[in-house]
Amino acid sequence: MSNAVKELLYKMADDALIIGHRNSEWTGIGPMLEEDLAFSSMAQDKIGHAIALYTILHEVLGEADPDTLGFKRTEKEFKSCHLVEQPIGEYDFSTIRHFLFDHAELLRYESLTQSSFQPLAQLAKKVKGEIKYHVMHADTFVKQLSNGNEESKARMQQALNNTWHLALGIFEAGEYELELTSNNIFIGEAELKKRWMEKVTPLLESYGLTIPATDESKIAKGGRKGYHTEYLKPLLDEMCEVTRTDIDAEW
Amino acid sequence: MEKDNNITTLVSEDEIWAALEKVQDPEIPVLSVVDMGIITSVGCRMSDVGCTTAEIVMTPTFVGCPAIDVMKKSVYDEVKKLGFDEVIVKADFDVQWNSDMMKPGAKEKLEKFGLAPPPSLDGGELTAEQLDKVRCPHCHSTDTTLRSAFGSTLCRAIRFCFNCKQGFEQFKPIS
Repeated sequence: MSNAVKELLYKMADDALIIGHRNSEWTGIGPMLEEDLAFSSMAQDKIGHAIALYTILHEVLGEADPDTLGFKRTEKEFKSCHLVEQPIGEYDFSTIRHFLFDHAELLRYESLTQSSFQPLAQLAKKVKGEIKYHVMHADTFVKQLSNGNEESKARMQQALNNTWHLALGIFEAGEYELELTSNNIFIGEAELKKRWMEKVTPLLESYGLTIPATDESKIAKGGRKGYHTEYLKPLLDEMCEVTRTDIDAEW
Repeated sequence: MEKDNNITTLVSEDEIWAALEKVQDPEIPVLSVVDMGIITSVGCRMSDVGCTTAEIVMTPTFVGCPAIDVMKKSVYDEVKKLGFDEVIVKADFDVQWNSDMMKPGAKEKLEKFGLAPPPSLDGGELTAEQLDKVRCPHCHSTDTTLRSAFGSTLCRAIRFCFNCKQGFEQFKPIS
């Protein structure tokens, strides 16, 4: 059973670390001061979530320490989804990604408060309160920009069209779905995807956006198995640059 | 003489709590870690060989709180001064902090400091309405608005008061 829990924790932690790093790329260049602060604060929250999950992997499941897991693994060892590794692009893309990802995060952590794996259930009770702020922020901006002028509306729809197949990749099934669900550790990616669709579809439609048609073959899968887009490697190179200059240095 | 396994005859838990009152949150210097409600357990014991141990458990306000290591160190230093051979300070999520866990009086101290305190959640979940009616710590008007749910630290939001035309910060309610 511990392999199943490890798989779940690794993909959640890696998603949080990578989106945290991407969010931090808005620091200093946000379109306005409040947004600069928002993405920077969310980056700090996400990296905190990643550390907490890596800490469970280390302390409860015997994996390496959080710094090693965060900074000393290869690209292939990361189990993040393709959505989080995309460059920040324009603000429309980052905002749509933030909306789609954080709604999935909130539903994931809400369900995990009931997990039979206690360390994760306890952490989830804490994390969901923080993600609620991220979701409120995403809802506010997606709504405002989708109801702005013609250009902003067109850009939000275009961003949604470009991002939808990436977001569906969040729910790529792992090797241990049955074990996780039958032991009440996690509701499983299929159920999570269902809840997410039920949540984001009416919201986006109420903002006047159209949900893009889904072609199953276009869904961005592979991240959960260690197959990434061209964007993860450069991100890791930058994020781990200092560590790699002297991998065994003591801080 | 019979050996006493209970250190409370030497240093009581009350004295540990009193020492913890001296430890401040570095991001909110008017509140102690006790005011914040982040100390979830305090204990002390003596081993068979007479070694005294104090154990303090804390819970972070936010998972990614960068101040927690500093606070752990300060807690360690203050409690060590009481003369324990060993002091163990842990931070975990066994008890999850929420803003209702602030001690009585803490909210008044926050407001005096210029930081609007979090409204009571009464044990429930955070709602958008609770972000509406927040009193300005400067002029006490409730004619204020949320400018950003994210501020200069993870636990602060930025607000604006229409009455005194001042921006101000709020300690965010968190469920």
